[in-house]
Amino acid sequence: MFRPLEPVSPTTKTALGVGFFVLFVAAWSVATLGGFVSKTFLADPLTMLADGWALLTRFGFLHDIGMTIWRVVGGFVLAALFAVPLGVAMGAYKPIEALFEPFVSFARYLPASAFIPLLILWAGIGELQKLLVIFIGSFFQLVLMVAVAVGQTRRDLVEAAYTLGSSDAGVVRRVLIPANAPEIAEILRLVLGWAWTYVIVAELIGSSAGIGHMIIDSQSLLATGQMIFGIIVIGIIGLISDFLFKAINAKLFPWRLA
Amino acid sequence: MKKLVIQDVSRTFPGHRGGAPVRALQPTTLEVETNDFITILGPSGCGKSTLLRIVAGLDHPTSGTVTMDGREITRPGPDRGMVFQSYTLFPWLTVEQNIMFGLAERGRPPAEQKDVAASFIERMGLKGFEHHWPKQLSGGMQQRTAIARALANDPDMLLLDEPFGALDNQTRALMQELLLGIWERDRKTVLFVTHDIEEAIFLANRCIVMSARPGRIKADIAIDLPHPRHYTLKTSPAFSELKARLTEEIRAEAVLAAAH
Ligand SMILES: Nc1ncnc2c1ncn2[C@@H]1O[C@H](COP(=O)(O)OP(=O)(O)O)[C@@H](O)[C@H]1O
Ligand SMILES: [Mg+2]
Repeated sequence: MFRPLEPVSPTTKTALGVGFFVLFVAAWSVATLGGFVSKTFLADPLTMLADGWALLTRFGFLHDIGMTIWRVVGGFVLAALFAVPLGVAMGAYKPIEALFEPFVSFARYLPASAFIPLLILWAGIGELQKLLVIFIGSFFQLVLMVAVAVGQTRRDLVEAAYTLGSSDAGVVRRVLIPANAPEIAEILRLVLGWAWTYVIVAELIGSSAGIGHMIIDSQSLLATGQMIFGIIVIGIIGLISDFLFKAINAKLFPWRLA
Repeated sequence: MKKLVIQDVSRTFPGHRGGAPVRALQPTTLEVETNDFITILGPSGCGKSTLLRIVAGLDHPTSGTVTMDGREITRPGPDRGMVFQSYTLFPWLTVEQNIMFGLAERGRPPAEQKDVAASFIERMGLKGFEHHWPKQLSGGMQQRTAIARALANDPDMLLLDEPFGALDNQTRALMQELLLGIWERDRKTVLFVTHDIEEAIFLANRCIVMSARPGRIKADIAIDLPHPRHYTLKTSPAFSELKARLTEEIRAEAVLAAAH
């Protein structure tokens, strides 16, 4: 059973995956309900669920969730709209890469969260500021990763296209883009995950709605049940978006799985 | 009529990180007649692919010129179809879409693309696999599709770089007969690179033997075996005689190449 790279059956895989969640909740229950950890610092799972229910039904938490999702998606789509074409252009045309690559590599290490105070000065604490944080956090990563993927396109496929009569633009449109589309989709999925961390940070500072705002509000009330509920909601949304992305990719790129 | 003239073509690759430059091809001259089926035989590393890539326009000679129908070749084009040793079907396109690729790139009407693809699918024995992805095909089928893809453009010249090199012997023999059948019918000008002596004789009306690195043409042998050819030809005395002669020519080169 424990041999390197030996696959497991789908049922075992599911059982193991679910099993660890169960184990995790069990350990948490024992620690809190068993009285090993003070209630002030860590709510037990039942309190967490009750607090969560109250949040959803009485305190309009659904609106917070909606706000957060809209910010992430808005900022991310905006970043992708500019980053993917630029990344493709950089991967395809070396002079363009030479022009932008050093700057983008530098900019990618600028932590998006460190821009928040500056962005508040520039754009206030409204939606624009939140979108900009996501944009800055995602844009440079996307550009660089897409450029690398496109730059690594199999040369022999490009050459085959030329011998079949493709023009330079034809090679970009009919080879570089379709060859890398699945990888670009995978990059989008990965970076969207990172965008979630930026949005929460942006909401912790200067915000009147959103999951992050709820979490920071709950801190002043020592409502650890609510805070944990908020964090878990983020995790669940992440799982769902991941799942959706994978399903869409499988639909769009059947040749990958064939 | 001269279809292709390779005039004093040489190729030297610049050295890696200050290393010595690699001379892949010594000045080589070769004239190809219309409808010739020329095989280029030589040990690996002797510059066969380099020569073919220069004819395809994928690489440029360090010196010399290549002209086709009197025009100098500077870039790849659909008039010279190429089949590579590695599998180069576009993995995101089906067999049919792969075959239509060149026609689509040149803006032919969809109905014509479909018709041409259908006829090649028929001739290449790919019926029933039109809508398969390349991944789902055997190596032999992938190369048949690659040949169909090149021929669908109706090129003047077909360039093949060890297209059957990765196939097992039985498949390879079938593919040789298939390709020869196409040539006997359509009469394309063909340059076919191989390191397999039997293949070089069976397909060609002219066999060029290249020497070990740096490559140059060592022998130019006419293969006057009758057409149509059948696989039984490989056991005929005339074939054996040619094989003995070419084996002799290439042995010395293989020994030299191995010493590198
Ligand atoms: N792009 C390249 N850069 C440097 N050396 C190369 C390159 N392509 C081929 N060569 C060298 O040129 C020689 C001939 O290569 P090639 O034409 O591929 O030989 P063959 O096809 O006969 O096996 C080899 O020694 C190879 O290492
Ligand atoms: Mg080669």
